[in-house]
Amino acid sequence: MKQRRQQAWDWIDSRIGYTECFLPLLTHIVPRDARWWYVFGSATLTAFLVQVASGVCLAMAYVPAGDQAYESLKFITEQAPFGSLLRGMHAYGASAMVMLVVIHLAQVYLHAAYKYPRELNWMTGVVLFFAVLGMAFTGQLLRWDANGVWSVFVATEMAARAPLVGPLISDFLMGGETVGGSTLTRFFVYHVFVLPGVIFAGVGLHLFLLFRHGVSEMPDAEQPVDPATYKSEYKARLAATGVPFWPDAIWRDVVFSAAVVATIVGCAAVFGPPALDAPPDPASINANPMPDWYFWWYFAVLSLVPPSFELWFILGVPVVGFLVLFCLPLFCGKGHRAPSKRPWAIGIVVASLAGFVVLTIYGYREPWSPDFGVPLLPESVVGVDGGPVAQGAVIAHEKGCLFCHAVGGLGGHRGPDLSDIGRQLSRDELIIRINNGGYNMPAFAGSIDSERLSLLVAFLQSRDGGTPAHSPGE
Amino acid sequence: MNQTAGPPKERPCCGEAPDRRAFHTRLTLALSGVIGALMVTPGLGFVLAPLFRSRVQKWRSVGKLEDFKPGATVLVEFEDPSPEPWAGTTAKTGAWLRRAGESEFIAFSINCRHLGCPVRWVETASLFMCPCHGGVYYSNGDVAGGPPPEPLARYQVRVRDGVVEILTAAVPLTTTPI
Ligand code: FES
Repeated sequence: MKQRRQQAWDWIDSRIGYTECFLPLLTHIVPRDARWWYVFGSATLTAFLVQVASGVCLAMAYVPAGDQAYESLKFITEQAPFGSLLRGMHAYGASAMVMLVVIHLAQVYLHAAYKYPRELNWMTGVVLFFAVLGMAFTGQLLRWDANGVWSVFVATEMAARAPLVGPLISDFLMGGETVGGSTLTRFFVYHVFVLPGVIFAGVGLHLFLLFRHGVSEMPDAEQPVDPATYKSEYKARLAATGVPFWPDAIWRDVVFSAAVVATIVGCAAVFGPPALDAPPDPASINANPMPDWYFWWYFAVLSLVPPSFELWFILGVPVVGFLVLFCLPLFCGKGHRAPSKRPWAIGIVVASLAGFVVLTIYGYREPWSPDFGVPLLPESVVGVDGGPVAQGAVIAHEKGCLFCHAVGGLGGHRGPDLSDIGRQLSRDELIIRINNGGYNMPAFAGSIDSERLSLLVAFLQSRDGGTPAHSPGE
Repeated sequence: MNQTAGPPKERPCCGEAPDRRAFHTRLTLALSGVIGALMVTPGLGFVLAPLFRSRVQKWRSVGKLEDFKPGATVLVEFEDPSPEPWAGTTAKTGAWLRRAGESEFIAFSINCRHLGCPVRWVETASLFMCPCHGGVYYSNGDVAGGPPPEPLARYQVRVRDGVVEILTAAVPLTTTPI
């Protein structure tokens, strides 16, 4: 029996070439020091496989048509067996993939593994990074709820800003001149055929290059990269101290990947997929478009930059960002790899991370957005239940002041807090400010009569920062 | 049976005369190009067609004249100029319409001129406000605050036989002359 099995396997092996072609790849020698630092690349690939597996299943029920996509998503989420779990896996898998690809990129950058001879490893990686971001973005649109539809507007509006070719790009993206039926079918194709095709091909090339040049060693401050001697030195070191990838090194990758998949499935099971917004309708204005969390920082940037710089940011961040990253190894392909010798590299990673975190928090808190849901100020905040001050508080609500300004802890945060404005500005100053507006504040001269203006000012003057009679919650 | 065939005949090692090989090389490359072109051209034409389609603008009716109160700004919905049969609600588009006189109307695009988010008309404040990055516009569409670089775009409106009609326009309106 055993001999039979052996014979059968030999027959297969001689034809597919497992022992001859694949085994050497699996057991190729890698540096001994390739430890936990190196698990992010393989984990990104694993997260991609989760996306492929869950995405293929979702595509069996998803209808990429403007009139049915939303309904099919509802079916997947609410009725199909395992549908909610699969959607959740696809959503959390996307987050995991974006996170892991960024961590992998940062690690490779910090350790300068992009230097000779691995420049093309890095360049293919950068293409993959942008393809992953493209997948994340197009995937958000396929949700085809109100948020998805409005995201297309934002995307096309941004693309349309490109000089000369802008309108052509936006027409190409939308498949026409407006967001409509052909927009969704196009985005479906980008998300399901084009970008995954790029990713499959890119991963193939990335791995081929990995095998060709070998896994990079941990940087050593004593070993700057010199293209003249690097390869022979690397070979010699590997021969002396290397270990086979299978099984000596791969177990860490598998352990970490297992943790990643367990986290994705766990989150999907516990938290479920992201809730669907209202059905898509480009004519409905009650949407509050918000991208997925990994793009919040960019959302924040677009709100914060002055209009005159905006074009630079809209086009600069994606295009220049790509070019700088892509061409990086061409400009610094040799020399030191150790972070201790490259303080700028550490500075850039730390600054990027800090910028990302700060802007993401900003993006989440959206202090620049008017808060349309602000309720009328309660008596506990106003302090009185009648008279000019109370009437003024009603006008502050009607005129939208509270959409942007907070009073006593209630209201929006786009403008300054007005809780003690009565102490800061005199009656005349208040009138001038309301009538003429100011930086980022509309002028109300044309839309408020003098009687209502006095009531509003009376209310604002009464805001002297003192604690209201009761706390707002009461 | 090959053993009995005797010594091989005199001929170049790989079977073909040099000029014949050169011809076959060129033929292979040229035909591969033709195969590629035949496969790709129709696809390119199909995919790029929207770029070359002339922009259609259509008058769409949005209601009867008497349905609109003078001075009021209301949201109207209408079908975009080139709806696909499978578009469903996504073939709809909207505008803020204000009756400014007996038969004069002003129609504003609902797309913020900053990045296209849907602006809301806040009646009590007489302002259009954008939920995305805090763009604010006065009732005449001029920018009152926030990042939008230009006033809200306007659609053309006309009244025909007692019916109010809006001339559709392509998005993004920022780059569309209307
Ligand atoms: S899209 Fe309206 S302010 Fe940005």
